[in-house]
Formats: sequence, structure tokens, C-alpha cells
Amino acid sequence: MPNAALEEAFAPFVGQDFGPPEIARDPVNEAMIRQWCDAMGDANPIHWDAEAAAKTHHGGIVAPPTMLQAWILPGVRLADPDRPPSDKQEELHALFNQHGYTGVVATDCEFEFERYLRVGDRVTAKATIESISEEKATALGIGYFVVTRTRFENQDGELVGSMVFRVLKFKPSQPPQQASSGDAAPAKPQRIPAPRGHDNGWWWEALDRGELMIQKCSQCGTLRHPPRPMCHACRSVDWEEQPSAGTGSVHSYVIMHHPPVPGYDFPVAVALVDLDEGTRIVANVVDCPFEDIHIGMKVECSIEELGGVKLPVFRATS
Amino acid sequence: MSITLKDQAAIVGIGQTEFSKNSGRSDLQLACEAVSAAIDDAGIEPSDVDGMTTFSMDLTDDIEVARAVGIGSLTFQSQIPHGGGAALGVLHQAAMAVATGAAKYVVCYRDLNGRSGQRYSEGVSGDLITSDSIHWSWYIPSGLMTPTSWVALVTQRYMHDTGTTSADLAQVAVSTRKHAVTNPNAIFYERPITLEDHQGSRMIVDPLRLYDCCLETDGACACIVTTPERARDLAQKPALIRGVAQGSGADQESMTSFYRDDITALPELGIVANQIYAQSGLTPDDIDAAILYDAFTSIVLFQLEAYGFCKRGEAKDFVKNGNIEVGGRLPVNTHGGQLSEAYIHGMNGVNEGVRLIRGTSVNQPEKSDHVLVTAGVGVPSSAMILGKMD
Ligand SMILES: [Zn+2]
Repeated sequence: MPNAALEEAFAPFVGQDFGPPEIARDPVNEAMIRQWCDAMGDANPIHWDAEAAAKTHHGGIVAPPTMLQAWILPGVRLADPDRPPSDKQEELHALFNQHGYTGVVATDCEFEFERYLRVGDRVTAKATIESISEEKATALGIGYFVVTRTRFENQDGELVGSMVFRVLKFKPSQPPQQASSGDAAPAKPQRIPAPRGHDNGWWWEALDRGELMIQKCSQCGTLRHPPRPMCHACRSVDWEEQPSAGTGSVHSYVIMHHPPVPGYDFPVAVALVDLDEGTRIVANVVDCPFEDIHIGMKVECSIEELGGVKLPVFRATS
Repeated sequence: MSITLKDQAAIVGIGQTEFSKNSGRSDLQLACEAVSAAIDDAGIEPSDVDGMTTFSMDLTDDIEVARAVGIGSLTFQSQIPHGGGAALGVLHQAAMAVATGAAKYVVCYRDLNGRSGQRYSEGVSGDLITSDSIHWSWYIPSGLMTPTSWVALVTQRYMHDTGTTSADLAQVAVSTRKHAVTNPNAIFYERPITLEDHQGSRMIVDPLRLYDCCLETDGACACIVTTPERARDLAQKPALIRGVAQGSGADQESMTSFYRDDITALPELGIVANQIYAQSGLTPDDIDAAILYDAFTSIVLFQLEAYGFCKRGEAKDFVKNGNIEVGGRLPVNTHGGQLSEAYIHGMNGVNEGVRLIRGTSVNQPEKSDHVLVTAGVGVPSSAMILGKMD
């Protein structure tokens, strides 16, 4: 049942600016850009290496576009819960709170970028309450989606970019749970283990016992990996397990950066290893700086738990 | 002259396993045993088999059977949908394949652990262990779980063996983007990039950067095929299929053929190339433009070599100086490719190939009598050569 009183009260907010434009406290500057790049791991030299940036079509250092909002963020004064609303957005949220819609969660944020910011530019931001949805039933509780749009301009009034931010103001369907010291820590994400079937389960079971195995044809002795039910050389379905010495060399390798996957702690190195027995295996290389990994590098295997899964891992042979 | 399937194909070998309520082994092993028995019954060798067809519902991939049984190269693969309705559909496929010379010996197979495994009486449910899920599980636990990662592993070795650099890959990205810039249908319409943009883009899977990777796109493409005789009476100038073929290499895996002596050799591409050049009577010198499957920049280099436009290791030089742009020796991906127009699994490239023959590409080269169109790299692949009708 929509809340008619609330809807009548919030209708006049739609289309209103938060208040006067927010003016950046500092002009675009190299120090803030560098801190941002350090924090975000942004290694693109157009943001911090004046010499390199000068050689690009930018002609000098430019700010990372995604940093746009950072220039106008007002700081921790927002964090005081007893402070009266200081702009239209806060008034709107206070109105929702009065009606019991005390929960707030940001659902999504979209940026559009028009031009790069250069050192010395000064950003002005004008935020508007763009729309408020009908009442929606969500997993968190019933609520309304509030969409705001912020236009960012430079000192010449040129559009730099815009941000559309959507929050859900909702009536919590359950009271928030109090964290207590007795609660178990939330489960840490784990790596994805292999499904175990007829043809591969034995190999993982050997690994669970701490042994790296290679499948060997009982009839002709041909080794094969990954395991499969028939010998490609003689078509025998009889086979046995042979322990591997776990020594070999890197045939090729990659460094996984993106997209991050829970449980894997990217970046990680993955190598295709030529085992000395003659088969190949894909596995992680650990305890080796990425820049030192190379094709032909001698490695040796140990069996360790990574992300909750027992796996073969390789280290450079000392 | 038109071919019918009357009296064009014969069944020469049959094989099967025992039938039970609990086979005690994998679907894959059942398939291997039945296929192996049929090969023996026919009195041929595994290496004679060059075509495979099964049900799309089968849990066992053809190439897993091929690897295990010792079947080598394939020039014909298919899967027929809709459960039991496929039973003679696979025979239809096999008959067409041998009648047209697409393959010499086609094995039709179907394996089921229909009582101890997935019971159809219970409907569709549960986590199935398929040969495909086992295949990927050799890579996923280590984190090697994206197409970029599988291609990067081969690319790293290729770069090591040939001296190709990331800057060479950038040339492919920049040339392809140039074509998208003038294509209003392209996602990257009017948005050029420079070599520096490529080199500054973030690593996705080292050695592949963001601009080495294709788009992710919503969309669909389709095309209509008929006989040349019917084509003459229709609305459009026809694009004649001068040659078309499939290929799977020995020891083939899907994206992870990491167990061959040379992981960068990609023999499946050579199998495809040889067939389409032989069918058409054309050579690489006759090809005026190419639509090369570009999920990643590096695989464009692999294909320039595999389809005979330059020697092994020389693709890095071939792509320089605008040579793969309109006006160069071989305009490649005149629509902007999957790197910059859209990623519709190669089918947007098929449509661009047709436009090149019609003369209606937004980046129409001066001459485009013969256009090569290729498919995915790292998997069993396919390609065709389009030409003009007299
Ligand atoms: Zn054997």
C-alpha cells in the first residue's frame, strides 16, 4: 500500500537542486591526483608523470576521470547525525525517516565524462533530485528509489561530466542485527574446487593426500594429463597412477589482474609447467615477484591450500 | 548440378557398450568405448575418422572423445538439438558431410548414464558433471578462468617465440578502431584510439591489456543461405560461398590446447585454411579483404600467419604501416571488428563480409572480389571465402 502522505510530501522535491552549487575547495592539483592513483592502483603515467604526460596528446597531467566527485566532496561534516538538514537532499531523507523509511542503500551510480580535468581547473557541481520512483517491494523492505543527478563544470562553465546516483530509502523489514562478539566471522570467499567425477576424482583425492599424480597407461606406459579414460596411443582403458617428482620448468605464464574473483586474491600468476616426466600442468606460481617469472624458469611443486582448495603450487627452484 | 542424399552414404561400422543400470564409469568413457568399437567393426583406424556428430544434449564433447580415442584432425563437427529427435538428425549430418566431401568417415555417437547419472524421468535438475565441466576444472581452481587468460597464456608463449611485443598488438587495436570510427553501427563510432592509449590501458591478464580485448555487446545477427540458382532472382547482389570448412586439430581442447609440443601452432586453423583454399581454387594472394575473428588482438596475428598472408612470426611486421587498413595490402575487419564494432560471436563479421562483396561497407576497399571470413581461435574453428557471382 503506497504511503500517500509521504508521496504528497516528497513530490515538490522532484526537480529541485540540492542548494547552491558546490565549489571545489581546491583546484585540480597533482598531490590529490597522486594520492588517488596510489590508493586506486592507477599506474597510468598521464596522471602522475609530467614528462610522460606531456608527450601524449593530453600535453600534460590530467586527472583520472573517475576522480571527478572527489574534487567536491565536503568532508566529514556530513557524518554528524544530530546536525539539521543543510540541503534539499538531506531534507528529503529526513522526510523519509519521519515516515519510517529509515534505511538507505546506494544501488547504483553512473558517470558520463565529457572532458579531462587539467591541473589548475576548478570544479563546480550542481546536484538535482531527478526522480523518485513508485513504492517498490525489495528484499530489504518496501521503499522508494531516489535518483539524483550531479553536473560537474569547470571554471569556464564547460561540462566536465555528470553523475547519476540512485539510492533506495526503505522501511527495514527486519530490525538490523546487532553484531556480537560471539558471532562467527563471515565466511571468507573460497576458490572454486573441481567437480569430481569418474575420470578425475582420483587425481584430486591423491592431491588431498599430498601427492601429485600422473595417469599412466597400464598397457603401453604412455603418460597423460589431464586424465582421461582411454589411452590415446593404444586405446586401453586400463591405467595406473604414477607419482610425479614435481619438478619442471615454465612453458608459458600469465598474471591474472581483472576481473577480480572472490577467493582468488588477484593478481596471481598462473603457469603452464612442463613437468620433467613429460606431461604439462596448469598451476599457480607463488612467492616469486611477477617480473621475475619467465619462460624456462625451473620450478618445483608443493601441495598447499589456496582459497580453501588443495592445489599444486610451484616455486622457483632455489 | 544439385546433389541429393539418395544413395550417397552408407553405414560401415557399429559399436556399443553393455547396457546396465549402473555403468560404474563416466559418460565420456562410455562414448570412447562405443566409438572405439565402431572403428574396429569398420576395420578403420581412429586417425581415419574426420567427422563427429552427436546430440546437443550429450554430456560429452566430441573433442574430448577425439583426444581420448586418438582420433586426430576433424573437418566436420555438429550437434543436433531436441533430445531423441536428433537420432536420425546425426545420420543426416553424416550423410551430408560425406556426400559433399566435408568428411570421409563420420562417427555418430550418443552416450548416456541415463539410470545412474542424469535420469530424464526426474526432469532437468541438479549439477551435472559433464566432460566440459571436468575440462574447465583443470584451470578454474588456479584462477585461469576467463577467455582472456586462456588466450593470454598462448599469447605469452607466442610473443616469447616470435619477438612480438605489446606495442605490436596495439597496432591491431588501433587499425581496427580506425574502421569503427567511421561505422555508425559500431560501439566505438567516432572514438579513435592511439598506440599510447593502448599502452596506457590497464592490464586485464598480463600480457593482454584492456584494448587487446573485444567488446561485450547485446545484439543479434542472422543471414540467409540458398542456392546460386535461387539467389539470382532475389533482391540483393549475392555473396557466393566459394569455400567453407570446419577444422579441429589433433589433441584439441576448447580454448586450452596446452598439451601440444607447440602450443602456438593452432593446427586447426591450418586444417580450415587448406580446405577453403582447395575448394575455392584461390590462394591468399587472391584475398582482397579479411574478416578475422578478433576476440583479442593477438589472435589476429595468429590468423594472418595461419591463413597464409605472412610467414610464421612475421605478422607483427605485416600489421604495420596501415597494411591491415583500407588502402593497405589486406584491409582487416572493415566494420571495426569485435574489438570495436560489436561482439556477436563472429556473426557480425559474416554480415560485413557480405557487405564487402556487395560493395556497401562503410569502409569499402577499392577491390573486394574475394573476402575471407574466419571464426574463433583456440577452439575447433571454421572459415569461408566469399566471392561474387558471374
Ligand atoms: Zn596405451
